Amino acid sequence: MYKKSLSYPYLAWAAAFIIIPLLFIIYYGLTDKTGAFTLSNLAAVATAENSKALFLSLGLSLLSTAVCLLLAYPLALILSGSKMGKSGFIIFLFILPMWMNFLLRTLAWVVLLDTNGVLDTILKAFGLPRFKIINTPAAIVFGMVYDFLPFMILPIYNVISKIDVNVVNAARDLGANSFQTLYKVVFPLSLPGVISGITMVFVPSLTTFVISTLLGGGKILLIGNVIEQEFMKGTSWHIGSGLSLVLMLFIIVSMVLTSKYDDGEGNVL
Amino acid sequence: MIKRWISRFYLSLIVLFLYAPIGTLMVLSFNNSRTSVKWGGFSLKWYEKLFENKTILAALGNTLLIALLSAVIATILGTSAAIAIHHMKKRKQSICLSIANIPMLNAEIVTGIAFMLLFITAGDLLAKAGIHFEMGFGTVLIGHITFNLPYVILSVMPKLKQLNMSMYEAALDLGAGERQAFFQIVLPDIMPGVLSGFLLSFTMSLDDFVITHFVKGLGADTLSTLIYSELRKGIKPEMYALSTMMFLAVFFVLLLMNLNPRNKN
Repeated sequence: MYKKSLSYPYLAWAAAFIIIPLLFIIYYGLTDKTGAFTLSNLAAVATAENSKALFLSLGLSLLSTAVCLLLAYPLALILSGSKMGKSGFIIFLFILPMWMNFLLRTLAWVVLLDTNGVLDTILKAFGLPRFKIINTPAAIVFGMVYDFLPFMILPIYNVISKIDVNVVNAARDLGANSFQTLYKVVFPLSLPGVISGITMVFVPSLTTFVISTLLGGGKILLIGNVIEQEFMKGTSWHIGSGLSLVLMLFIIVSMVLTSKYDDGEGNVL
Repeated sequence: MIKRWISRFYLSLIVLFLYAPIGTLMVLSFNNSRTSVKWGGFSLKWYEKLFENKTILAALGNTLLIALLSAVIATILGTSAAIAIHHMKKRKQSICLSIANIPMLNAEIVTGIAFMLLFITAGDLLAKAGIHFEMGFGTVLIGHITFNLPYVILSVMPKLKQLNMSMYEAALDLGAGERQAFFQIVLPDIMPGVLSGFLLSFTMSLDDFVITHFVKGLGADTLSTLIYSELRKGIKPEMYALSTMMFLAVFFVLLLMNLNPRNKN
């Protein structure tokens, strides 16, 4: 069991398919078509179109992360206080939707939210004010929250459910009311889960191109859409890689933040 | 009392939010009309047509085969990696774990294009050596194994930490070979972690679109990439029928597993 050779197949795999592909992005991002060193691919992010896409992505992903946190924290509190948490039911509840294809699930919101769609018809029938959300940035935020909410709930729930009940009881015995207990005891202890949840929602939201394609009507470009087009429509791999490098800066910052707070407790599992 | 009622109400709202699209797709799969906007009466015709649709069935075959193969290989590779990492010195261990986490924490689009650049360059190099290599089933499989690995490692590691090593040593003292001691003592103990790693891998692979999109090349459509390519023409209702059946199948399997009293722990 202690044999060192046990790690070799994995290390070889990680080198070939984790490290080397990333080196390719760095190489393409920092060279031009002739292979000469250049920073122009990184500078491409400053063009009017690309910077607009980047700022829109940043704004929408920060918003969706905040909404996810606001929705998930109370839910994690409720779940950890209930009996359901004890039997893998929670995981069951939040992993199960993944068995229906993610593209179809997101597309179903078009049916639900579209003008004359299900929700619109219900609002009309009750004479309530109707709103147009589909093909707007709001619909994209909605889709992000829908797709990534479980990734906020599970890490927070995991950390909160492991908090020692005696710590909470001690706070109550010493005269803290329930708000003070939450604010001064439970919240600080749950921080690793919160940070982990924030990264797990922020990174995929920042980089998505699927949700904006499906719910934005193809007219709203996020930075993910720009990069996808550089590669799949064959415009320029070099610029695409350069933009990915810029994107990775944001990802690395959030990864460093996680590793600082994360003691392994906040993982989804 | 009121607090409990509010809690229940809030939980139901979130569950409704998560399951509303799934319900919608199920209803659409029984819709007699072709457009998703109008209800044309109850019908099972999309379920019949599904079994005549060779494109969808081929994509389903690819999806299931890739999910199964990638989950099996990632489970074996990841479990042995977890055992090796578990016995490393602290510094080396944290470096290895950071690298292991990259495919999970990095953006899917970045992982996808990194693979694409690797495979296309490899194809060019191999072509010069006279070997034909292009993206397809194999590259999708490699991609899926890679992003499944961190899930397996993260599920197995905690079980290894709880493991009582004296049992393993006792087995060795009593004359068991290393292999025998591993399969009879260690493996049964870490099995829950191995299994949940396998199930997570299978689910992740099944649900993946982004990485497959970049590494599938011209062939090897999975259900996700097929749906994406049908976006402009409109999704075929057979697809709703298929996903309804897959969802219900998994739902009942998991429900039975949860109801089985022996699996309560």
